[in-house]
Amino acid sequence: MTETKTLTRNDALVIDGVALNSRLIMGTGGAPSLSGLGAALIASGTELTTVAMRRYSVDEAAGGGTNLFKLLLENNIRVLPNTAGCFTAREALMTAELAREALETDWVKLEVVADEHTLLPDALELAEATEQLVNRGFKVFAYTNDDPVLALRLEQLGVVAVMPLGAPIGTGLGILNPHNIELIVSRASVPVVLDAGIGTASDAALAMELGCDAVLLATAVTRAQNPLLMAEAFKHAVIGGRLASQGGRIPKRAHALASSAMAGRPDL
Amino acid sequence: MNTINLNGATESHPEGTTVAHLVAAVTGRELLPTGQAADGGRLGVAVARNQEIVPRSQWAATAVEHQDALEIVAAVQGG
Repeated sequence: MTETKTLTRNDALVIDGVALNSRLIMGTGGAPSLSGLGAALIASGTELTTVAMRRYSVDEAAGGGTNLFKLLLENNIRVLPNTAGCFTAREALMTAELAREALETDWVKLEVVADEHTLLPDALELAEATEQLVNRGFKVFAYTNDDPVLALRLEQLGVVAVMPLGAPIGTGLGILNPHNIELIVSRASVPVVLDAGIGTASDAALAMELGCDAVLLATAVTRAQNPLLMAEAFKHAVIGGRLASQGGRIPKRAHALASSAMAGRPDL
Repeated sequence: MNTINLNGATESHPEGTTVAHLVAAVTGRELLPTGQAADGGRLGVAVARNQEIVPRSQWAATAVEHQDALEIVAAVQGG
């Protein structure tokens, strides 16, 4: 028991030299109220949370002026601005520059999607934007397809984390191609964050068991029937999956293998 | 008067109106000449003028011109 606690406590996720004690990165999209969102973020134990950049509005659903930013600051949650809604490298660059200026961070979750229907990353625009952002001094967290070749390319372009999708954004389908995720992990030398597609706690645990360094999710919590319970479920799922990954699972076998010895069996 | 587009809406502002004036009006917070909030908190907004970032240190020195397009953005829920 003591060992488990020690392992969990000393197992920080380090990205761009910053140690995060939680391997659960939260998104904020989809929450009906800011206060509910705050409670869920606290319950999740997250230390890093994404936001989108939009026109300033006092509407609470849109962030209530700068209330969302304040909420994160007050709870010591590091902010990770995203470039959601960008379809071209040019738009993503502009959004990242606005975020750096507004939120005073050079971290950016780079999202360049192909179209509104699939919301899948556009590999060419993503690579182009990555190169330019890295040149401008941004620390890029690249949201990418579950493509081991592209993931490695992005790493070579200088991202601080690669974030392959489990399934398309908002689908809750879980991890559609665990083999690719495993391959991405096995070749990466930057942290791998499973991003998008998570539906429930077991999906997050699986991501960690596959060797991912962290999990990023939003709607699985914010649109759950009880976001508070789900936030806590994910907190434990990520810890459990991480421990299992480090503990080393037994190999799968086609046939049974007794765990009780046959030797010494009484004559009955 | 200058007619400008601010966050998608057409507005008229007198000559000499600066980006700093607009940010203060939109956010309802007083600004220091540096573009930081006078209340000591972090302001959390950024400005693009005609698709170019205006650094906060330049807000007070940047007068808006007729037919400028300005975007004042902040962090909202997402991703």
